[in-house]
This record gives sequence, C-alpha cells and structure tokens, in this order.
Amino acid sequence: MIELFFQYLVAGLTYGAIYAIVGIGFNIIYNTTGIINFAQGEFVMLGGMTAVTLHGFLPLPVAIIAAVLITMVIGGLIEMTFIRWLARPSVLRMIIITIGISILVREAALLIWGEGVRSLPYFTGNEVSALSFGGVRVSPQVIWTIGVCSVIVLLLNLFFQYTMLGREMRACAANREAAALCGIPTKNMVTLSFVLSAGIGALAGCVVSPITYTQYNIGTGLAIKGFTVAILGGLGNSMAAVAAGFILGILESFSIWVLPTAYKDAISISILLAMLFIRPSGLFGDREAMRLKDF
Amino acid sequence: MRSSRLTPVLILLGAVTAVQLLTLATGKDFYLTQLTMTAYYFLVVIGLCLLMGFAGQISLGHAGFFAIGGYTSAFLTTLDVSAYRDASLVASLAKLQLLMNRQDLYGAQVLTVHPWAACVGAVLLALGVAFAIGVPVLKLKGHYLAMATLGFGTIIFSIVLGTRRFGAADGISSVPAFPVLPGVSVSGGSSGRVLNYYFAWLLVTGAMVLLLNLINSRVGRALRSIHGAEDAASAMGVDTARYKLSTFVLSAALAAIAGVFLTHYNGGIGPSEAGVMKSVRYVAVVAVGGMGSLWGTLIMSTVLNFFSLRGYFGTFDDAVFGGILILIMLFAPDGIIGSDLRKLERKINPKSQTANFK
Repeated sequence: MIELFFQYLVAGLTYGAIYAIVGIGFNIIYNTTGIINFAQGEFVMLGGMTAVTLHGFLPLPVAIIAAVLITMVIGGLIEMTFIRWLARPSVLRMIIITIGISILVREAALLIWGEGVRSLPYFTGNEVSALSFGGVRVSPQVIWTIGVCSVIVLLLNLFFQYTMLGREMRACAANREAAALCGIPTKNMVTLSFVLSAGIGALAGCVVSPITYTQYNIGTGLAIKGFTVAILGGLGNSMAAVAAGFILGILESFSIWVLPTAYKDAISISILLAMLFIRPSGLFGDREAMRLKDF
Repeated sequence: MRSSRLTPVLILLGAVTAVQLLTLATGKDFYLTQLTMTAYYFLVVIGLCLLMGFAGQISLGHAGFFAIGGYTSAFLTTLDVSAYRDASLVASLAKLQLLMNRQDLYGAQVLTVHPWAACVGAVLLALGVAFAIGVPVLKLKGHYLAMATLGFGTIIFSIVLGTRRFGAADGISSVPAFPVLPGVSVSGGSSGRVLNYYFAWLLVTGAMVLLLNLINSRVGRALRSIHGAEDAASAMGVDTARYKLSTFVLSAALAAIAGVFLTHYNGGIGPSEAGVMKSVRYVAVVAVGGMGSLWGTLIMSTVLNFFSLRGYFGTFDDAVFGGILILIMLFAPDGIIGSDLRKLERKINPKSQTANFK
C-alpha cells in the first residue's frame, strides 16, 4: 500500500514537472505582453515531434538540441508574423489569434507526422529498467524529467536575476512604456519571450516524450493543464507555478484512486474553474502582488 | 416589427425557397441534406453571435451546450424502459403521455421517452447548466473568461467520451425520428428531405426574427452598451450581470435546441460534436460574419458550413477554420462582409446601430 502511494506520488511529480514548465511558458509570455498564448502546448508537441524525426539520423543529444533550437525559431517566427506588428490589439482579438495559431500548428503537424503516436527512446536504460528506492521503483526517465525541469527553472531564475537581457525583460514586464523610454527595445523583448517559452516547452516535450509519448494533438490538453498551473500559482509568478505544477500533478495522479481514468482531465479543469471563481489571484499570490507582476 | 426589418426576413424566406427550387431543377436535391444541417449549426452560431458581438463576452464552450442538447435527447429517446413498465416512475411518465412505444431498428418493441419530452428535458438541462455555469463564469473577463468556458467545454467532452452509457468514442446511434408536428418528422430519410429542409430554415427564420427584435429593443441597446464600456453601462443603470447572464443562457438554449434537432436529423451524435474544435469553429464563423452582424453571420455560416459538410476542404477542414480565424482577426476584425453590410443596413434603416468590434 505504501509502495503504491509512493508510486502515484512519483508519477504525479513527473507530470507535475511538465505542467510546471508549460505554466512557466505561459507566464514568460504573459509577463512581457499581457497575452495568454493559447498555442503554448503546441511548442511541447513540436519539440517532441521534431526530436523524434531528427533522431532518425542524429545522435539523441544532438537531435534534442536541434529540436529545441528549431522550435525556438518557430516560436520567434510566429510572434513576428502574427503579433509583432499589431498595434494595441484587444484581448479578445489576441485570444482568437493565438487559438488560430494553435490550430494551424496542430494541423501542420498532422500533415507532416500523421496521426501516429511517436516517442523518443529512453535517455538511459529502457522501458523496464528502474532504480529502486526502498521498494519504490522509479524509471530513470522520471529522474531525467524532474532533473531537466529543475535545471530549466534554475537557469531561468539566474537569467532573469543576473543577466542584462533578463533584467530588460523584467523591466518590460513591469512597465512597458517606462522600459521603452529607457531604451529597451520592447518589441524585441516580446519576440524573445516567445523564443524562450518555445524553447523550454520544446525541451520539456523532449524529456517527457519517452514516458507520455508524443502525438500531434497533445497540445490543447497540455495548454489547459499549464494554464491551470499558471492560475493556481498566480498568473505571472513562475516560482509559484512550479509548486502549483507539482500540486496539480499529484492531485491528478491520486484521483485515479477515486475516479475512472477517463475523467482525469476533468479534475484539473474543475480545479481551474474553482480557482477562477474563488481566488483568481492564485494560491500564493495576493491581489497587491498581482498588480506588481514581477517574475 | 417595422417594414425595414421585415424586408431582409422576406428576402431570407425567398432565398430559402429559391435554393430548394434550384436544387430541384438541377437534380441536386441531395444538397438539401447539408443545407439542413447548416441551418441547425447556424442556430448555435446565431446565439454565440448575440453573446460575442452584442454582449461582448467570448465563449469557447458552446459545443458543450450543443452536446448537452444532443446527448440528452439521444440518450432519453434510445433508453428502453419497457423492462420497468411497472415501476411507479415509469408508469406515471407513461400516464402523462411522456413515453412512446415504438419499434427499434431490429423490429423489437421498445418503450422510450417521447422525443418532445426529451427535447424539453434537454433544453431545460442546458438552461440549468448555463445558469449554474454562467453566474460565476460571467464575472470573469478576457483570458479568464475564455479559459473558463474552454474548460467547461472540455469537461463536457471528457464526460461524453468517458461514459459508457453515452457510447464513449462511438457516441449514440439509432436515434429515432422526431415527430415535431403532425406530418413533419425530423429524420434523415430522403423522403422527408424537402420537408426537413423547410422546417430547419423556418426555425432559423424564427430565431432570426426573435433576435433581430431583441437587438433593436431596449435589451439590445443595453447589450451594446455593455460591449462598449461595461463600467459606463453599469453606471447608467444597466444591470450588466443580469443582461450578460440572460444572453448566455439564451445562446446556450439555442445551441441545445440545435443539438436536439440535428441529433434526430442525423440519427445519432458522437463525442466530436462536443470537442473544443467545434466550439472554436462557431467562434470562427461569428468572427468572419462580422462580430455582431446577424445577417453577415448568416451568410458566412451557411457558406462555410455547407462547404465544410460537403467536404470541399478535404483534410484541411480544421486548418481552413483556423486560417480564417487568424486572417480575419489580423486584417479585418470587423469581418469581411460585416462592415459593408453594416453600411447597407444603415442605408436601409438609418436608426439601426450595430456594435463595432475593435
């Protein structure tokens, strides 16, 4: 029984790590633009799919790096084509545009890769290899997933705290006009935020691919989970998104005990709705902090 | 209803008749099947048009209301209760004439809920759900509203997909014909094709008249003021919360009615009808139609849905709708024919005001 408990816990942490990364992706773009990018989940799918294809003729690490770079370029191109030149678009317009983008990306993926389910090979070991922690068996890929996601979060923090570029992005998030007056190219910062969130999404898509598989249509589901996490933590607050990601992952994982698997997705959405209705500022955010919007 | 508003309605009826005669003359009367389905899809779109274009609230969950209507009606009219004939509930329902004895596809006698009773039940359920969801959801704005309605749609989708009683991935099939009026029965057979076509489009015309009167009344002006500036409307004494909720509930009811009739017409319903992509399509059609131009939406909805149902877009079906959505929002957020049509409307009826979407 106790082993089963830990087994669910580990599964929850794995999914939670991915949700957290998608949630952070939402936050990065939201912070610089005030836009919720409904195509966020598509970056995860693109990363996984591209890596699987490249792995056909490249070694795994090279394929993953290349896939992340390609997705970053796509993310940047999407921003430059569809968003950069719009003057003060309304929120409703942006919602509809990013939904349209997500449909186009998904349909393009369907055209390129078909409906088949693909996956990368396990980074170390294979499907059956497991590390044992006192009776709890953990796949090495789980360690990879949680590890890579932790490194992403750490690097992002360092980037936003200590690099000039990161600080410029934060300035842009805090007050766009003031940032522009200080000579920060705010439009480039927005493009950069798309590149960055496409990159981390793609990397997450690669590490999780051996466990959850990759299919052309996984984006929407991930986007909803990621948004739930972003809201749960408080929109714009990326460290809180990590905690919220783990909370959601674990809740979902344990919900299998009480509910049929088919309803698993309904759990996270119910949490999302409940949060939106009761406490839209998030578990950790208060309304004052929401207004200051710092990374 | 003033004559300036009556003219387009008469033109619509004329066009509906002309199209039927045209298909008859050219021997393409099988087009009527898709045109009938188009009419039902338009019922969903017109409600959403009122909600988005006039009240200014987005909903990415209207396929959910369509599915509530369709699935409730399909479930009740295919559920054989003849084994429980003696149970008090079934007996009292039978006494109220709410049940119907009929033969199923294999010739066996079954006792099911009468389609009219199922239809009323379905619409009431949709109204109830819309009310329960609408109260908290409509307090939200922008992204939160979009995500909350998207979430609602996804919950409905995962419920119908995950429930074996609703046929899981296969949906519910062999839904019986719906005897709406003496002599008129909503079903997919080719014998009743013309009759069904007229029934569907008369339903559309009725809904059109209803909504046209609504938007040109005090309610319509209140809705437009909410779209323009909610705080200002509220300050002027418009009960914004109530108006938004009523519009939401009305549009949900229209979607549910469309679901009920289309399910009987197709003889079944599948989970894809509840999918997020369907909701997005409805939004796309409203956007192309000019966000708040009922006539523009009618034209675009008919054209797009007809092409889509005839399979002209092939495997690019969803991509076409996604592409349209982006192009319209990037280059013409007022819709392509919407703005021209609005000028025309103003010419015909200088007093008519339509919402601008920026």
